[in-house]
Amino acid sequence: MSAPLLAARGLSLAFGGVRAADGVDLEVAEGEILAIIGPNGAGKTTFINMVTGYLRPQAGSIRFTGREIAGLPPRRIVRLGIARSFQIPQLFTEHTVLENVALHLAARSGFWAAFGPLLSAERRAEAMALLAGLDLAAVAHARSDQLDEGARKLVDIAMALALRPRLLLMDEPTSGVAAAEKHAIMDRLVAALRREGVTAVFVEHDMEVVARHADRVAVWSQGRILAEGPPAAVLADPVVRREVIGVEGAPC
Amino acid sequence: MRGTLTVGAGVVLLLLLALFQPWLRFVSTIALSTGLAVLGIMLLLRAGQVSFGHALYVAAGAYTVAFLRPYLGEALLLLLAGAAVATGLGLLVGLFVTRYRDIFFGMLNLAFSMVAWSLLEKLYSLTRGTDGIRVVRPSLLGLGLDGPAWDWALFLLALVAALLAGGLVARYLGSPAGSALGAIKTRETRLEFAGISARRVLLQAYLASAALAGVGGAITALATLHVTPLLAYWTHSGELVFVAILGGTGHVLGPFLGAVVFELVRVHAAAAFPDAWQMILGFVLLVIILSAARGLAGLLDDLARRLGGRG
Ligand SMILES: Nc1ncnc2c1ncn2[C@@H]1O[C@H](COP(=O)(O)OP(=O)(O)O)[C@@H](O)[C@H]1O
Ligand SMILES: [Mg+2]
Repeated sequence: MSAPLLAARGLSLAFGGVRAADGVDLEVAEGEILAIIGPNGAGKTTFINMVTGYLRPQAGSIRFTGREIAGLPPRRIVRLGIARSFQIPQLFTEHTVLENVALHLAARSGFWAAFGPLLSAERRAEAMALLAGLDLAAVAHARSDQLDEGARKLVDIAMALALRPRLLLMDEPTSGVAAAEKHAIMDRLVAALRREGVTAVFVEHDMEVVARHADRVAVWSQGRILAEGPPAAVLADPVVRREVIGVEGAPC
Repeated sequence: MRGTLTVGAGVVLLLLLALFQPWLRFVSTIALSTGLAVLGIMLLLRAGQVSFGHALYVAAGAYTVAFLRPYLGEALLLLLAGAAVATGLGLLVGLFVTRYRDIFFGMLNLAFSMVAWSLLEKLYSLTRGTDGIRVVRPSLLGLGLDGPAWDWALFLLALVAALLAGGLVARYLGSPAGSALGAIKTRETRLEFAGISARRVLLQAYLASAALAGVGGAITALATLHVTPLLAYWTHSGELVFVAILGGTGHVLGPFLGAVVFELVRVHAAAAFPDAWQMILGFVLLVIILSAARGLAGLLDDLARRLGGRG
């Protein structure tokens, strides 16, 4: 087996007495789509925050393509090819949806290109194609603060995708999205990821979504990984059912 | 298209004013140079940052003209030198202040400008203190002009500088770097997750704002032929912010509209009510803020939209 794209070893981080990460070991293979499940407060967002440089782990290592990245600032990590979306969408609210995406497309270009037109014909087309892939073309010209929660979530993901990452981390991509639309959206999203060969990790509360879209599941509980493996096996595990899925009924 | 038309109309209006009212030629030159400095304030406002110290860079441009005039006889070179010195100073101060946001950013700028102001006042042997320095009129493009010809030449120089700067800033605002300024205002951390350094984006705008203020200050020095420490005083910095809000930050025309209205109100109100002109300016700003939050440029835009919609 080839070396994993991402390898976390012994990641630990405590906030006061709360152990948000307590020796997390996790590998993600290139091309894989991994779901993270677990109750609220289990440390799922903290894991994403550590991998993307927002939080520095107190112990442990994070290797991406073999290179140590723990403790690097977000800007450096993004440039290595890791992008993320947020549990609460982080949009530039004075900009249109198109501009939000275009600015992320432009983020990869060089110094002088930063002073050319933002919405060049080329970049506009690229942004529109990306938005169309997520069924967002209709809101391209809306200001991003005028969208409903579900659309904001998707725009947030479109922005991360615009960075053309090798690894994409998504924090609850379907929370806030109407139940009826969830599957359609995830179908499009996962199709896009597989098409582009993007490796993805997503935090999810809906077990149907997990079963349908993930290649593998990791179960978080109190800062640790309780179980991991193929969705069918993990979701059937009695311990997981009791510890995690039992409390998943409550919306969080 | 509408923007180009509006700019054209504004230029014609200014030219007519300058043609028929000789004293307005001087006022217009000053208004244009104020507008240049305010254009820089507008860039920072786009990022949600208010500088209460940008008179520092106006003074830097103006004093550079005064200090170099004995050695340099060409107005254009003096202007470029003023811009260069202000930009250099902007880099020194900017590397520090762009680490901060909001009230800290505003107050640190104020602090730097107050240091500069007191140095200009105290170092008498160098700056002649509050008396200031007289500037001998230089030549322009090698032409030794005086009287109305000089006034015209300087007015046209200011107009060309304003058009050039306005065009460049409009381009900048439509670029990724300019667009990122608005992102600093609304969600700065997300910029970092896009791999963009918010600090570098803000520093670029800060350098541009210092350069613009430097050009404005140099033109002011050439127009008044006299520089004093008051140029760096905090009330002058406040005026620049005042004009920026009066004019509106939505369009590059805003700073110049604001500056023309500001200078006209100041001149007329000061003549009619010598003791109360600040109060009148205050009322004008109050009315603008309460009735048109997007400033004069916003009002103009609404008007054009309405006329366009009807026709
Ligand atoms: N910045 C922080 N400061 C203090 N406590 C935090 C911080 N971030 C997370 N925590 C705590 O760490 C634990 C894990 O949080 P989080 O990673 O957000 O959980 P999840 O995403 O699985 O719901 C929670 O108890 C939370 O309160
Ligand atoms: Mg979370």
